[in-house]
Amino acid sequence: MARNLVPTAIAKEPWEVIVPLFVLNTFGSVVLYSAAGGHLRPWALLHEIHFVVFLLMAFAISRLSKDFFKLMAFPAYGAIVALLVLVELVGAVKGGSQRWLDVGFMQLQPSELMKPAIVLVLARFFDMMPPAMTRTWRILVPLGGIVGLPALLVMMQPDLGTGLAITVGAAVVIFMAGLPMWWFLGAGGAVLVAAPLAFFTLLHGYQRDRVLIFINPESDPLGKGYHITQSKIAIGSGGFWGKGFGNGSQSHLDYLPEAQTDFAFATMAEEWGLVGGIFVLAIFLWVFRWGMRVAQNAPDRFSSLLAAGMTFTIFFYMAINTMMVLGLAPVVGIPLPFISHGGSSMMTNMICIGTIMAVDRWSKRGSALGS
Amino acid sequence: MFGEPKHVSTGILRNSFERRAVLIGGLQAGLGVLLAVRMGYIGVVQNAKYTTASESNRVNLTLIPPRRGLILDRNNIPLAANRSDYRVDLIPERVVDVDKTIDVLGDLLQLGPDRRQDLRDKMDKAHGFQPVEVASGLNWDQIAAVSVRLPDMPGVIAQRGFSRWYETGPSVGHLIGYVGPASAADYEKEHIPLLITPGFKIGKDGLEKYFESILRGEPGARRAEVTASGKIVRDLEMREDVPGKTLKLTVNGQLQDYASRRIGLESAAVVVIDCLSGDILAMTSMPCFDPNTFSDGIGRIEWKMLNEDDHIPLLNKAVRGLYPPGSTMKPMATLALQQHGVDPAERVNCPGGYRLGNRFFRCDAVHGLVDMRTAIERSCNTYFWTMAHRVGYDAIAPVARLLGLGQEFKLPGTAQRYGTIPDPAWKMRRYKQEWTVADSLNASIGQGYVSVSPLQLAVMVSRIASGKNLNPSLVFGLQNPPGPALPFTAEQLSVAHDGMFRVVNGAGTATASRLQVGDIKMAGKTGTAQVRRLVSRGHVGDWKTRDHSLFICYAPTDAPRYAMSVVVEHGTFGARAAAPIARDVMTFLFDPAKALDTLHALEKQWGGTPAERMQAKYRIFAAQYGTSAPKVGNDAAVAAAITKADSSEAAVDTNDINSEAERGEASPTAAQPSPQPAATPSASTVSPGPAPAPVSSPTTTP
Repeated sequence: MARNLVPTAIAKEPWEVIVPLFVLNTFGSVVLYSAAGGHLRPWALLHEIHFVVFLLMAFAISRLSKDFFKLMAFPAYGAIVALLVLVELVGAVKGGSQRWLDVGFMQLQPSELMKPAIVLVLARFFDMMPPAMTRTWRILVPLGGIVGLPALLVMMQPDLGTGLAITVGAAVVIFMAGLPMWWFLGAGGAVLVAAPLAFFTLLHGYQRDRVLIFINPESDPLGKGYHITQSKIAIGSGGFWGKGFGNGSQSHLDYLPEAQTDFAFATMAEEWGLVGGIFVLAIFLWVFRWGMRVAQNAPDRFSSLLAAGMTFTIFFYMAINTMMVLGLAPVVGIPLPFISHGGSSMMTNMICIGTIMAVDRWSKRGSALGS
Repeated sequence: MFGEPKHVSTGILRNSFERRAVLIGGLQAGLGVLLAVRMGYIGVVQNAKYTTASESNRVNLTLIPPRRGLILDRNNIPLAANRSDYRVDLIPERVVDVDKTIDVLGDLLQLGPDRRQDLRDKMDKAHGFQPVEVASGLNWDQIAAVSVRLPDMPGVIAQRGFSRWYETGPSVGHLIGYVGPASAADYEKEHIPLLITPGFKIGKDGLEKYFESILRGEPGARRAEVTASGKIVRDLEMREDVPGKTLKLTVNGQLQDYASRRIGLESAAVVVIDCLSGDILAMTSMPCFDPNTFSDGIGRIEWKMLNEDDHIPLLNKAVRGLYPPGSTMKPMATLALQQHGVDPAERVNCPGGYRLGNRFFRCDAVHGLVDMRTAIERSCNTYFWTMAHRVGYDAIAPVARLLGLGQEFKLPGTAQRYGTIPDPAWKMRRYKQEWTVADSLNASIGQGYVSVSPLQLAVMVSRIASGKNLNPSLVFGLQNPPGPALPFTAEQLSVAHDGMFRVVNGAGTATASRLQVGDIKMAGKTGTAQVRRLVSRGHVGDWKTRDHSLFICYAPTDAPRYAMSVVVEHGTFGARAAAPIARDVMTFLFDPAKALDTLHALEKQWGGTPAERMQAKYRIFAAQYGTSAPKVGNDAAVAAAITKADSSEAAVDTNDINSEAERGEASPTAAQPSPQPAATPSASTVSPGPAPAPVSSPTTTP
């Protein structure tokens, strides 16, 4: 029935994810509206505009052909690595690390682009590898190069959060590609051993502090543990139903730092309570389930890995952010997708969504063609 | 190990992908559940805890220090008031970078290196939330400059408040005491938040301390919604403070100030008592600290100044200084003699001294035949030695006590030392020695073991002048009633009065200090108290070894109204240092304008008022020592310094004289270079033990 009323091109879009995402984003705008003291500016309106603009971009991405993706994988990856090197050479220093490139019309953060790019290039890489290669140790050499180069470049900025996101995103693609399970268990064990060493040798002072504070935030409630303590107060005082729209004292009186970006989830939870939190989590889980379904239904190895990797990239954002605001992870500057204000992360997430939508199209077309 | 498995096909990888996708999906769902549970735990289980934390973030309860009760003089002129001003405090707990904060504040408020160092000292000592005062009495521009920088300086509080203000500064320091921020010890005793509220001051000394509970008042409170940076969004609730109760004193504030300033560069005490009621009209000890600068804590330079001053500004000499009264005892002694049947008209020949056994006590002149009145007028020691020997010292000591010497009075907020009116029992108790006749002779002229405070001398003269058993009072409306009537007849009193009249207006020792106010006459008695056994006469040489100069007086002579004692430490003759001060202070009571003219002329020579002189001295010290002065102790250390000042003075009063004397006695030869005491070389009657022998103090009383 609906097919008659709505043009096919529109009807075929994956509305089961676009609508929830729109709802989630609009809810984010509502939170940002309240955080701004009941004003659309400076965040709420722009947040909604970002969504629409980047959703259009996602639609555009979803129209691209699989061959184009494959064609662009290595050049895109190479270009972003080049940008990372460029950042290292001429990038702007903001907040103690060198992440941004001024390209005239916007501040470009190449490390953000690297998150989807690493997924794409690895999917392409495994697509090219003969299946037998996946379980030989020789494959680790090119993999190490592909992942290690950008990860190191980003961590040198230093941007531990993004570096970790790139590494974990890559690890998941590699995992899904079917490398032997015990390699991952072994690597996991190695990380457990190496982590304390890295903690004392590789981390910068402020990064080390963050980890220590995470372990015991109350040790310095007015100092570096302030963020976590205030975030927990915001969420805890929200209770089950929340304090109500516009009544969040923690965010309105500036006790909650970064209330509109990294700690937007706490801002939301203070006013909307556990109910709001479960609502947000439920939408995220729905989106991830959709992404994984797309991956599982994808017609080939490249598409599957691509969709699963993109899904996990968004998941990693969301997981680290919510764990951080709930006091389960150290403070790292990773925003919450679709809730936190910020164009850069919105763009990354929409690239991921657009890519998954593209995979979805490829598989639907494949089935429509009747394989 | 890394050998290739046999068959790895696309299908196998596809299967692996399916399984691992389920694993990843499960991971995501699992984390979702974990997050929901965690959120439920924080938000629901621990809700109460975090709600409280959120409220305590949001709402800031600020105590408003109560305005302290005024201290008024008898004419309702404030001696201690509150001045509305702007102030800046630091909360040590909240300050992140102490040195940087002090430097920024120092630049904004133009604090010199000495003040910054004092601030650093205070920050070192203070802990937790005990506020540290940076500055008070700031103007609007200064407070605005600080306010703008507040967001960058956590722990800095700039606010409007009230500061204690003593209009006459040093003049009332010892009388009223001073206030200061509550110390850790105060907070231990009284564990209330008001004590650590910035701007709150507690009484630290004197009346301020004694009447703390009356003067304090009830704090006000303000509940306000504040942002994280401390900016007040809106006031939720406001309760006004209840000012402390007013304390009215019997003191005449202008007289107090005049007397204090008239002391000038001397180290002296002046006490004035109303002969009708016993009200203390003035009680001052100079030099004194400035209670205004004490209230924000004692700085290093200030501390050094006070400690190095041999005039001991921290000692309230009016009630805690003890001095041999010398000849000021004599009018009292005439009452005792008359009580024991000595006829005032009886004459005693003064050949220039008195022989006791084989020793000769020297009078300071050959007075010839003197009766009782003349003995006061000329201050003839021979007369009193003769008579004391006759009636016995036992007759004199009770009268001395009856007139207030050696007594403690019911005066709040004064830590009095009551000195000594010695008697045989006392000597036995204290020194395990028998009382000797020589002791009696010395005591009868106010030397030897006798030590009294200026307050006691003033009470004595008020009782002699009025004939009433007046008790001194300090608090208006709480006056102490007079004691039982004194056992002296009008005739007996008139002998003392006549003698004192002639001291000033006859051929006496203080004729230069006659009042020049109409026909109002003043009666008085000089005293010169020996500080130590002297090689030469006690008006030359080191300041510390000079005689104390004393003067007691009252006026008008026909109807006594005001009684006064003046003690000038090391001022040499009573007539030289003490009497002129007494004359001018008395003049002020009858003709203020004339007295002020005298004072202004003198202050020009002295370099300004006491407060101005202290400021000048501070500048010199600050320039000289900069930040090298030693640290100041806490309240306990200040108290210890005051106690030390006391005991050093006490040593001079009695022991020094006597131990010196003892040494003199121990060498019973003519080799002793001193012409005094004129003891014969074969002083066989004197026991050579450690006994403080009295022989050495044949005081000269001009």
